[in-house]
Amino acid sequence: MSATDADVIDALVGITPGSALDAIRARRPEARAHAEATYRALFTPGVPGGVTAHERFAVGTFVAGLHGAMAIAAAYARRLAESGAPAALRDAVDAAVKEAVTHGPYGSYPAGPLSREDTAGPIYRVGAARGALGARLAAAFEHTHMLVFHPRDAAPPSLQALLDAGWSTTDIVTLSQIVAFLSFQIRVVIGLRALAGRP
Amino acid sequence: MSEAVLKPPPHTQPKAFTRAQLEWLPWLEPLAAEALTPRHIASLVDAARVKSPYFRLLARDPGALEARTRTDKDIFYNPDAGLPRAERELAAAATSRFNGCLYCASVHARHAATYSKREDDVDRLLETGVATDLGERWNAIVAASVALTATPSAFGPEHVERLRRAGLDDLAISDVIHAAAFFNWANRLMLSLGEPAAPATP
Repeated sequence: MSATDADVIDALVGITPGSALDAIRARRPEARAHAEATYRALFTPGVPGGVTAHERFAVGTFVAGLHGAMAIAAAYARRLAESGAPAALRDAVDAAVKEAVTHGPYGSYPAGPLSREDTAGPIYRVGAARGALGARLAAAFEHTHMLVFHPRDAAPPSLQALLDAGWSTTDIVTLSQIVAFLSFQIRVVIGLRALAGRP
Repeated sequence: MSEAVLKPPPHTQPKAFTRAQLEWLPWLEPLAAEALTPRHIASLVDAARVKSPYFRLLARDPGALEARTRTDKDIFYNPDAGLPRAERELAAAATSRFNGCLYCASVHARHAATYSKREDDVDRLLETGVATDLGERWNAIVAASVALTATPSAFGPEHVERLRRAGLDDLAISDVIHAAAFFNWANRLMLSLGEPAAPATP
């Protein structure tokens, strides 16, 4: 995966021109083109906005790592390194994945008939990696963990924590899109690899 | 003012999954309709979405919103073969039921019921959850959507085989994968940027 790849999902699945999966993806050409356009908008935007390339790829690496999608995480980690991130940041992302990984989805519902489906699980707080991540990225990782594993627990205080750590409202929209989009991209890659018989 | 969490107006919080029309109230300030630039308006794709606080909030990152919406439309609306629309909506509803997104589940359960005419089955999915028995073809689609939605994913060759046995070809299976994957995107935005509100009881 590099800035010049034709299509990130094709590359991560291993789709070659003329293959069966190439033909299937060609039947949904807008979805294929705009999944790629979303990747570009979120990771190599024409206007950088308030979220740095280091932050985008650090979150990307963290999300893929939390999914246990190691090949995809390695691809985002390479882009993080290419963006000039120091080794201490890259190591901090790896350490955060190790201390944060769990199983989802869990979380609570509004009190009522759905309470019987409430499922307990951890709320992640960054530990030893906090210094290397910095306050802004540490807040983003805590929010990201909630979005990945227990999104139904989302509530205004987690947004307030991001604002307090220096994320603007527009930055939070971008961060939320990065995590949510990757939750899609990773599942398309896993699903298509299974469909092609190469898990 | 825009750099603050919003307090939604008094409203009735839905307590159960429903096919009823829900509202969505943002926790962060959407762009004001009158402040939208041509780039923001283009990112809405459908001009009518200027009325939606959800889309005006996402329009703060217009590149991501426009690409998101065009991906969404092709996955669900492309009429060229593959999975029937009703079952793309079933995958979306099942994913939303499993993640716990009452708003997304309400919209896509409504669509699934409209296109399939199987209102009772859709209501049972909402009420009982993703383990309910909906007949083998729908069970296979729901099980595949749920396995792909788990983190880490539990989706594997056994789900592909079950979908094939239920009569889905590879394009239809790819549609199940994309519909479920897309709602892992949509659920996370809807759940974390605002909350659903039930229509006021008369």
